[in-house]
Amino acid sequence: MANKIVDEEARKQIGTVGEARTYEVERGAIRRFAEAIGDPNPLFNDEQQARKTRFGGMIAPPTFCRSMGSPIPNVKLNMPAGFRGLDGGSDWEYFEPIRPGDRITVQSKLVDLRESEGRLGPMVFIVIETSYTNQFGELCVTQRSTAIRY
Amino acid sequence: MAKQIYFEDVEPGFEIGPLEKEPTTQQLVKYAGASGDFYQIHYDKDFAIANKLPGVILHGALKNAFLAQLMTDFAGEHGWLSKLSVQYRGMDVPGVKLICRGRVVRKRVENGRHLVDCEIWLENAKGEKTTPGSATVILPSRGA
Repeated sequence: MANKIVDEEARKQIGTVGEARTYEVERGAIRRFAEAIGDPNPLFNDEQQARKTRFGGMIAPPTFCRSMGSPIPNVKLNMPAGFRGLDGGSDWEYFEPIRPGDRITVQSKLVDLRESEGRLGPMVFIVIETSYTNQFGELCVTQRSTAIRY
Repeated sequence: MAKQIYFEDVEPGFEIGPLEKEPTTQQLVKYAGASGDFYQIHYDKDFAIANKLPGVILHGALKNAFLAQLMTDFAGEHGWLSKLSVQYRGMDVPGVKLICRGRVVRKRVENGRHLVDCEIWLENAKGEKTTPGSATVILPSRGA
């Protein structure tokens, strides 16, 4: 059956990138994030203890990237009025630690757009890949997240 | 820091965790502030109910953070969480105990890295896996 929403025209948007945004990572923001998620790991909370580790100081917990948002590409879809949205999940890959004082540039890209027939009608899967790159040009983290509209 | 686990210490079937969490509405507000996710279904009960929800619900990303903690605790200081995937299949509400668990599925050595692939999940009090996923951790080797 032909797609109702994700047609050829809609799929031309794949590859669109959002505006890049740069954040300076504050030590206090890392601690507040660790406290909010309830993670007492000294690497994310205690500079004195973290200094004695192989990292030489505090680092950010894996999902700290969620606090550094970036505008997602503006995806135009012919959704029926009053559609609803869901966060389907995330796939992360970690290459380098993020540390206090880092300047992290965040950019999102639309990497996939597909449709399937759900119980409540068509469901559209919007896959966004976000990259987090430090001031040395090293890619620290990528996150692929799937948003569902139905 | 906790005792370090090594590649040689685990085999397929090795159990990771459990890590227990019992998020409160206060934690949801803290998470909203720390992450910048201010969608009202996570802290405004009237808004959540008007959106056909039973009440406020957990941020999927908070459950993602719990599963990340499970894996960074497992990896230890000398390990590294390389990949983490989570799928939000079911809603979770505050005031209920949640348990994060994992299991080693496979061990492999690639480009000199000692990799451990794991299945992970978060389950509610009824034992329903509301947030399944997978992770790959690099562990130190006693031989290296």
